[in-house]
Amino acid sequence: MTARIYYADVEVGTELPAQSFPVTRATLVRYAGASGDFNPIHWNEKFATEVGLPDVIAHGMFTMAEAVRVVTDWVGDPGAVVEYGVRFTRPVVVPNDETGALIEVSGKIAVKLDDNRVRVDLTAMSAGQKVLGMSRAVVRLA
Amino acid sequence: MALDQSFVGRSYPPTSPYEVGREKIREFAEAVGDANPVYTDPEAAKALGHADVIAPPTFAFTITFRAAEQVIQDPQLGLDYDRVVHGDQRFAYVRPVRAGDRLTVTSTIETIKSLAGNDIVDIRGEVRDESGEHVVTAWTKLVARAAEEA
Repeated sequence: MTARIYYADVEVGTELPAQSFPVTRATLVRYAGASGDFNPIHWNEKFATEVGLPDVIAHGMFTMAEAVRVVTDWVGDPGAVVEYGVRFTRPVVVPNDETGALIEVSGKIAVKLDDNRVRVDLTAMSAGQKVLGMSRAVVRLA
Repeated sequence: MALDQSFVGRSYPPTSPYEVGREKIREFAEAVGDANPVYTDPEAAKALGHADVIAPPTFAFTITFRAAEQVIQDPQLGLDYDRVVHGDQRFAYVRPVRAGDRLTVTSTIETIKSLAGNDIVDIRGEVRDESGEHVVTAWTKLVARAAEEA
């Protein structure tokens, strides 16, 4: 495993480069196929509204996959991630148009741990609302 | 109705092996729009010290969730699947999942709670490779929302 960020170079509060990830209905269909999660709340508007959702929503696991990219893109080697957890607090609603929704993710070093590990706390927003809670990754740096 | 607490600690038989393919990892990485070459180019993966292309961190869920269905669909437990939502997800990695892995999952019910009519079940999935080496543990919190009052 080869992280390209050095433990000695970061401190608590160091911010990782923020990123925005677009998600459209086409993205969701592709993710459904790749992940095997074909729950119709992620592609069928009629079904989604019948079960009380405002519209089709993104897979929570899709949002989780995007959020950790702020960590993996920064550290270089995704194999350096040793722990990762999130709480699904609000759905990402994906309108049926070409723009879809945007997931905006920022992260910063929250704790420096032993063994060159740091805990990164992530914030994921969509349409002005926090969509993940307790989103934390522990990553081993060089 | 609250779920039976006697299911806490129950483990289900290991799943049959899931063989992780390079093309499946590529498909997953493309689906999340991640162009990191460590997911698609074996040479790039080797340059970082991996034996083959590795899978993105959340890929393991595609395997552990299938295993968790043993719990969700256990008629004796009686979770109302139509009302289940995914509450939390957490992973602890011993090493990344990589192409060529043949992975089995053992699911265990860690806790069962009832809060305001919601049934909350925490499932731990231990993922091991063909040699028995521990690869990753996934914790999945499922919430069966309370049925609405008629």
